[in-house]
Amino acid sequence: MAAFNAQSRSEVAWPAEGVARVPYPVFFDSAIYALEQERLFRGPVWNYVALEAEVPKPGDFKATFVGETPIVINRGKDGALHAFVNRCAHRGALVCRELRGNRLSHLCIYHQWSYDLEGNLIGVPFRKGIDGNGGYAPDFDASQHSLHKLRIAASHGLVFVSFAEEVEPLEDYIGPVMRPWLDRVFNRPVKVLGYARQWIGGNWKLYNENVRDPYHASLLHLFNATFRLARSSQIGGSLADARGRHSLLHGYQREAEGETAAYTAEGIKTYQAKYALADPSLMETRQEYEIALTFSIHAIFPCLVVQQISNTLAARQIVPKGPDAFELIFTFFGYEDDDEEMRAMRIKQANLVGPAGFISLEDGHAIELVQQAIVRDREASSFIELGGRDIGSQAHLVTESSIRGFWQHYRELMGFN
Amino acid sequence: MDDREIRSAIEELINAYGECLDDDRLEEWPDFFTDDCLYQILPRENADQGLRIAIIYCDSRGMLQDRVTAHRTANLFAPHLYRHLMSGVRIGSRQDGVISARTNYSVFRTAIDPIHYGATEIYSVGEYIDKIVFVGDVPKFKERVVMADTSRIQSLLVTPI
Repeated sequence: MAAFNAQSRSEVAWPAEGVARVPYPVFFDSAIYALEQERLFRGPVWNYVALEAEVPKPGDFKATFVGETPIVINRGKDGALHAFVNRCAHRGALVCRELRGNRLSHLCIYHQWSYDLEGNLIGVPFRKGIDGNGGYAPDFDASQHSLHKLRIAASHGLVFVSFAEEVEPLEDYIGPVMRPWLDRVFNRPVKVLGYARQWIGGNWKLYNENVRDPYHASLLHLFNATFRLARSSQIGGSLADARGRHSLLHGYQREAEGETAAYTAEGIKTYQAKYALADPSLMETRQEYEIALTFSIHAIFPCLVVQQISNTLAARQIVPKGPDAFELIFTFFGYEDDDEEMRAMRIKQANLVGPAGFISLEDGHAIELVQQAIVRDREASSFIELGGRDIGSQAHLVTESSIRGFWQHYRELMGFN
Repeated sequence: MDDREIRSAIEELINAYGECLDDDRLEEWPDFFTDDCLYQILPRENADQGLRIAIIYCDSRGMLQDRVTAHRTANLFAPHLYRHLMSGVRIGSRQDGVISARTNYSVFRTAIDPIHYGATEIYSVGEYIDKIVFVGDVPKFKERVVMADTSRIQSLLVTPI
């Protein structure tokens, strides 16, 4: 086993080209995956876990994950959020056995140890034994047996959890580049409209690349081109925070003629313009923001994507499930003050995204195609030089700069130099 | 039509629907519905919480046709086969010519891509909750809710259930 680990990790020699290359072992090596759980998911990051709107009342809880560690978040009697590892301090059983609900305490069914909403141990059966027999020693101190508490913070109605004491405050972590864009989407109270779950047979980082990759948008997703709808040659750009870790891809609509010219000139197959929607009501949208973006994809390192595509809004949580799989959980939302027409529009437009999304279902396929092909070759790497070799913001969509930013931060956290 | 004839016609509709999808005759799929139909794949997870987001939501026959066109010409996915198994058709109330029915379903998906060729998985399990009307002698779905117990979708969903 030691030999296996040594071989697995020491061989991550990053190519000299730096973040313009990604060595394939980071996507399939189980030792690297295990190290990510420690250095990255339990490292100095804020992991997205919920919308505040999912746990509005005292006692509301949600069971979820940080990396692959099961956790629980809940709202305390005082209205504050609390998070803890979902593992009994006694013998390690899962304490919370429901996905979501409302409880004023949490009981481990194995031996009925119970915990309050902050994760403090409040009940231990037979603590003093029975008829003088057994029980715990007089020095048993319940305060030493809390659930493993985690840092939790909310911003923009998004709830994040961290294992790390040394992580910067959440507002600083989100940072000045991303904050105004989250302000834009989370400008008033949101309401959850539903969930979708997609299990993708690929490494979780391939999805982080995907949501920072405007290159594939019009080339892999042919729906818009097929039906002569807006394409991603439209005006847009790629914004990155100072450290490269977060990203915003955004697009504005452009005149139809100017847009198609770039495609027809290159004879790219995605421009077909042969079909029209039999029911164009799918594309009826309402302009609802001062900054009129047709799409904005906010990627917050390491496991959150906030999407605005026309009027569909969702928070996507990336949950790693081993080196070669992850679950993508979409939480669709609207605003509390949506009228019925607006809500119906969001529900109809959800056809565009999610596991069966007209302009997104291919992502699951493309990621699996990568995972299937990269097996075994430890020396091989991907080539990420569209739009240069640097990280940083670019005022167009023909770039992979945000992907390079992701890898720069990944290398920093993982110590892969 | 007497009750027995109605039951027989509805069972035929439900079975023919599955056969159509399993035979990859997607172009005929919208014909099982009325023009002003509702078809949706709704995770039970959402329905149980009163949440309305569906995996696929079509509120017209045109939207069904658009799903087929996208499937054939736009969307990219691993080639696969479906096999529908239906059982326990329960015919419920009849009101103003609209007949309610519930049927359990399971869909097995078999991969025919070069990596997983021939491998079968249980892809989706749940029930159809239907509202059926007769157009002349022909029963059609006015509403078909695919109430999916399976909310975790493997890879992606492109072929209707």
